[in-house]
Amino acid sequence: MTTNLLRRKKDRIDDLAASGGTSLAADAFKRMSRSPIAIIGAVITVLFVLLAILSPFLAPKSPYIPYDELKNNLRPDSIPGPMPGFILGSDQNGYDFFSRLLVGSQQTLIVGVVATLIGVAVGMLIGGLAGAVGGWVDALLMRFTDILLAIPSLLLAISIAALFSHGTQWTVIIAVAVVSVPIFARLLRGAMLAQRSSDHVLAATALGVRRTTIVFRHMLPNSVGPVIVQATLTLATSIIDAAALSFLGLGDSDWTRAEWGLMLGKSQGLLDVKPELAFYPAIAIIIVALGFTLLGESLREALDPKNRR
Amino acid sequence: MALLEVRDLSVTFKRKGIRPFTAVDRISFDVEPGRTVGLVGESGSGKSVTALAIMGLLPKRGAEAQGSVRFEGTDLLTLSDKQLRDKRGRDLGMVFQDPLSSLNPVIPIGLQITEVLERHRGMSRKQASVEAKDLLGRVGIPDPSRRLSEYPHQLSGGMRQRALIAIALACKPRLLIADEPTTALDVTIQAQILALLQELVRETGTALIMITHDLGVVAGLCDEVNVMYGGRVVERAERHALFAAARHPYTHGLLESIPRLDAPRGEKLLPIKGSVADNIPWEHACAFAPRCPNALDRCREVMPELVPDNGGMLRCHNPVGAMQGVRA
Amino acid sequence: MLRFIVRRLLQAVPTLLVLSILVFAWLRLLPGGPAGALLGDKATPQKLADLNHVLGLDQPIFVQYGKFLGRILSGDFGASLISGDSVLAEVGRAFPATIELAVFALVLAIAFGIPLGYAAARFHGRLIDNATVLTTLIGVAVPVFFFGVLLKYIFAQKLGILPPSGRQDVTIDATHITGFFTLDGLLTGEFDAFWDAVKHLILPAIALASIPFAVIVRITRASVLDVQSEDFVRTAESKGLTTPVIRRRHILRNALLPVSTTIGLQTGLLLAGAVLTEKVFNIPGLGYLLAQGIERRDYPRLQALLLLAALVYVIVNLLVDVSYAIIDPRVRVR
Repeated sequence: MTTNLLRRKKDRIDDLAASGGTSLAADAFKRMSRSPIAIIGAVITVLFVLLAILSPFLAPKSPYIPYDELKNNLRPDSIPGPMPGFILGSDQNGYDFFSRLLVGSQQTLIVGVVATLIGVAVGMLIGGLAGAVGGWVDALLMRFTDILLAIPSLLLAISIAALFSHGTQWTVIIAVAVVSVPIFARLLRGAMLAQRSSDHVLAATALGVRRTTIVFRHMLPNSVGPVIVQATLTLATSIIDAAALSFLGLGDSDWTRAEWGLMLGKSQGLLDVKPELAFYPAIAIIIVALGFTLLGESLREALDPKNRR
Repeated sequence: MALLEVRDLSVTFKRKGIRPFTAVDRISFDVEPGRTVGLVGESGSGKSVTALAIMGLLPKRGAEAQGSVRFEGTDLLTLSDKQLRDKRGRDLGMVFQDPLSSLNPVIPIGLQITEVLERHRGMSRKQASVEAKDLLGRVGIPDPSRRLSEYPHQLSGGMRQRALIAIALACKPRLLIADEPTTALDVTIQAQILALLQELVRETGTALIMITHDLGVVAGLCDEVNVMYGGRVVERAERHALFAAARHPYTHGLLESIPRLDAPRGEKLLPIKGSVADNIPWEHACAFAPRCPNALDRCREVMPELVPDNGGMLRCHNPVGAMQGVRA
Repeated sequence: MLRFIVRRLLQAVPTLLVLSILVFAWLRLLPGGPAGALLGDKATPQKLADLNHVLGLDQPIFVQYGKFLGRILSGDFGASLISGDSVLAEVGRAFPATIELAVFALVLAIAFGIPLGYAAARFHGRLIDNATVLTTLIGVAVPVFFFGVLLKYIFAQKLGILPPSGRQDVTIDATHITGFFTLDGLLTGEFDAFWDAVKHLILPAIALASIPFAVIVRITRASVLDVQSEDFVRTAESKGLTTPVIRRRHILRNALLPVSTTIGLQTGLLLAGAVLTEKVFNIPGLGYLLAQGIERRDYPRLQALLLLAALVYVIVNLLVDVSYAIIDPRVRVR
């Protein structure tokens, strides 16, 4: 499986893995605070998280019940637009579109964060085990992640999601999480291997510090940087992939849930009637994904040893 | 008239947010046709930057060259990019330090030679191939017709440097600049490459600027030597004068720090203390003063000028020889 | 070169075997297993057991895998649950549509991506560079299917200058030989059919090209930046070569090495993206078959499509390796 394509994908992960190290956080932070791209990314991210937390209190109406004023005016060829009390009017089911957009931030963040956390946790478990134990365990686990890496990510997510006979929010989360598992596994293993031969780990080994202590006190903490970078980037792809799954009908079958991907996926047929129903969630997803990507890319650049001058 | 007249050449690197750094500071020297001139100094002394400035290869943004570099009467610094391209490769050739990274890894050696022949001598690809084969033979590469179609990674280090020399000499330039051409090579190969260079410049009458940190190379090759320190020439002398009686304490130190087989056992090597990092700016002192065994108070207060001395030039308040009695 | 290709082909065999095991395992993991999937709501324990026996699912797992492999190798993928037609025939019909779309998209991505990435690197740090980098970052953040929907909405529904869906206008009486509609138009000399097929391809191809385009731009830019500062470029300058020769022969040729790998890597993305674009633009290609198969849980069809995707991936991988060996002599000797 050591073909060029896979090697390229792996190299990208390995480069990131090698970029972790001690006491660089402050340095990296300083460099980032000078980059406008990093600042834009950080601002979008912070605003999005704040919105997600506060949205239930900000939403003027309940996002989960139909309102008669809206529902009674639904026609096959028209959906009520803005009206008093309903800033953006109705969605296709007579719910308050504005409130659903606001609360959607929370559900979207949950999907992204939970999927990423699962990916990080499982990936780190596999990668950490491979990195810490080595030998045939390492070989076997890495062979496994190589295969997963070789499959195009959306096809992998589709294959996983298709395993569930009825989609729930968890279908999406798990399918999207599985895609990121091999990335985090390889990343953590790479970071640990890079650490293993570093001076401070060698010194600790020479002093007779126990292996578990070395792993937990020296190797893991120094692998945190690359994992955070990748997690930030994964948040963006998770949200986009989740939307794609919803669009394909593999997502949550509970269509009432206010989640941007689901709202976008379910409103494709209504472009002629009320394009905002698709456009607003899409724009929200694009902005948030862009925010995470900008933040992640500038973090990666700040951690890159090549840029340390 | 000299082939090359460098007058008050300065190179300053300027980048946003960084203090401008003058790597080469008003240096002047001449190269007569067919002569070999050495530029000697530690890394950071400005010798490579001088070479790049002569060739017009300094980065377009962030580097500024002042003064004049007259080549056969034309000031190279005032030429347009196009005019300079016409001269480079035809009248001026350059050999670089690392032959592996200096050759394009993905095109055959042959094309890397023929492209310069096609460019400057108007040859067809076919004619150029014949000439390239001949050139490879002349630089001592066995089985040249086979080598033409090979790639740099298929050649040994010495062969690659020979190929680079063939490229630089392809159009019979009148001036060749060799920037540490042997540093990246094995010791056994180094001597061969130097002998080859010497033979070729003698044969073709090409003038050579030899850039090196190795006085051994100078001893074998150069007619005249410019010793550089901190971006300035500190001593200039004919080869024999320099080795017989180096005047500048820095040159003296360089000579003393070469291990010699004929030295009595137990005699200590005398390294120059400190490093280039200890330099002080030239403006109000001698930059070498902090590392100089001969330094006087005056050396830290007044910049020494480059003045004629003993048939050469010297920039020192307290040269070696004048103080010998005191030192002993 | 031939030996190199044969060696790479042999190396692909284990990859395909592993992928076939994955697909096989995936089928066993489906809710209710293949039998349950086939019977759907009509499943009773008796019927399940009978079907399991008929399908050989009560045999040891290794025997099952052996038979599974045997059937695949003899080209028997079973019948689609949706159409009842042979899956292989279905796939054969849909294949040209997807390939045509993917090739169009890839050509677009390359034709615009490489020059733009190169320009960004040449003017590193200036406005065009920053604008390019920002565009590519946005390009990756926009969901492919939404970009498609947006294009369709603007150019087909609002402006009406391009067709919204399908591969060719049904009113055009076109002769089809290869199944590649543009090629057919050219071969038969039916230029109106050719032009109509091209018009149908423009929007989906742009949508599908968005992500590969962004990736190609970024890799080209980074790669050119790396190569520009290499020693051999300085050597080329010292030879007095003209700028076009230096750019083409010395910079681009080296810079395109990583780009060619990236282009290969995009085929995976293109296959995945085709699922979304073909759904948006109602193109009866492989992605459409897949999307429909997922909706209706048509497992024989899904199995065939996944194996095909794996096969295409391996073949493209091989092509990339071969092209890499052609441009980079260092790979060949290894």
